[in-house]
Amino acid sequence: MPDAGPALLIEGLRHRFGEHAAVDGIDLRIEQGEIFGLLGPNGAGKTTTIRVLNTLLPIQEGRIEILGHDVRRDPMGVRRRIGYVPQQLSIESTLTGRENVTWFARLFDVPRKERTVRVDDALGVMGLGEVADRLAGTYSGGMVRRLELAQALVNRPRVLVLDEPTVGLDPVARDGVWQRVEELQEATGMTVLLTTHYMEEAELLCDRIALMHLGRIKAEGSPAELKRELGPDATLDDVFRHSTGGSLDGAEGARGIREIRRTRRTAGRVG
Amino acid sequence: MADAVVIAEPPIWRLFPDRVATFCLVELQKLRHDRTEMLTRAVQPVLWLVIFGQTFNRLHAIPTGGIPYLDFLAPGVIAQSGMFVAIFYGIQIVWERDAGVLTKLLVTPTPRSALIIGKAFAAGIRSIIQVVVVLILSVVLGVTLTENPLRILGAFVVVVMGSAFFACLSMTIAGVVLKRDRLIGIGQMITMPLFFASSALYPVAIMPSWLQALSRVNPLSYEVDALRGLLIDAPSHLWLDIGVLAFSVVVGIMASSLLVGRLAR
Repeated sequence: MPDAGPALLIEGLRHRFGEHAAVDGIDLRIEQGEIFGLLGPNGAGKTTTIRVLNTLLPIQEGRIEILGHDVRRDPMGVRRRIGYVPQQLSIESTLTGRENVTWFARLFDVPRKERTVRVDDALGVMGLGEVADRLAGTYSGGMVRRLELAQALVNRPRVLVLDEPTVGLDPVARDGVWQRVEELQEATGMTVLLTTHYMEEAELLCDRIALMHLGRIKAEGSPAELKRELGPDATLDDVFRHSTGGSLDGAEGARGIREIRRTRRTAGRVG
Repeated sequence: MADAVVIAEPPIWRLFPDRVATFCLVELQKLRHDRTEMLTRAVQPVLWLVIFGQTFNRLHAIPTGGIPYLDFLAPGVIAQSGMFVAIFYGIQIVWERDAGVLTKLLVTPTPRSALIIGKAFAAGIRSIIQVVVVLILSVVLGVTLTENPLRILGAFVVVVMGSAFFACLSMTIAGVVLKRDRLIGIGQMITMPLFFASSALYPVAIMPSWLQALSRVNPLSYEVDALRGLLIDAPSHLWLDIGVLAFSVVVGIMASSLLVGRLAR
């Protein structure tokens, strides 16, 4: 039976690490079938939001529903409905691509009869069919990211959650990821929620975006709408500067830079 | 891809064995692709058996109740090599965390206790493979091992239980310490004392009383005792040993299940 209601509903979400409020009271509604982008610099609270809604962090304050399932009350139901790709490139490098995906098929209880087909499907859609039996440790950064997407897709999720899907990838690999996500959304109608601090990524992929800064949502709408409000030649960066007083690249402190470095390092190691 | 249908939650009595089987299978796949660790880990038991064991076999310095010292030592080294594998396996959960894999595992519909049990038994699988190497070596060195397949199977079960406990112990410590460089030190710090404060190298009777007390609360002693009974037919307290090991495994699973969430933050 299909789930009714919005793909994601966030009400009054707040999350503190000690004194610091990483997410400082946000409301968000994402309809089914949208590609929605959370856009903001590092440290804006995007990753924390993602980690709360995918059950990794407890909900301290507020309420989240995914496809009508309350994240606090039914975390297992939520996990079965979402596919998640973390910011950091992370695969098991001593397994083959196929073994990596099959592992997740089992963890999502994909019935044995369907397993092979689903794994092949997921690998095929991500363009990894030919290299599926190579050790994942030999993959490039872009291939690793696509393998992770295959892992997330083997469950056939209704909501795909991508945290900074292209950080640390070269431009060609980045285009590859964008293209697959778009094709996938068109073919399946699934909802995609992604975070990014690349304006072009938000502009190219997303139906709607929310600008996030210091734990709050500053503006929300389609990229075209947001720009139109400012004038004919406005860019998303202008919109961002206008609504936050900060800039998308660079406004942030040491923590953000460290995170990027870590992701790049991982990309180097696994790729 | 076809329209998404949400997979129903399997009943708990199917979900747990399923997850354990999955983690064990993945472990075997990893081992198949990377066999070097198996060989490097075999070096230490070889040293204990070939050098320490053979020397003390000649000295007759340790009262073993008429059993040749090498025979007495072999089950001890088997238990020890399983323990080493398991402790470092458990510590690897911090690497998985740093590499982001743990994050993804925690978002699958896998209860944390199922993840821990899966990992604990996967550590058992790794230990078994190691133990087979030590068993073969023991036979080559002339240790008289049982030929009863049921007893050997029993020994494997005991090794899996012991290893599951030690994996949980190190996952618990990992959940407390969280930092990988500190963990290596701690791993090394606890393995040797656990080994020496057990009956692996010498009988409990000849230990000073403080060491006897330590040995009595050390699950490794019970593992060694059970293995001696099963493999070389020495006097042992098999059911007590298995009871203590089972109890330790349950406590270890509960402790590390509670702490593993800390690794996600």
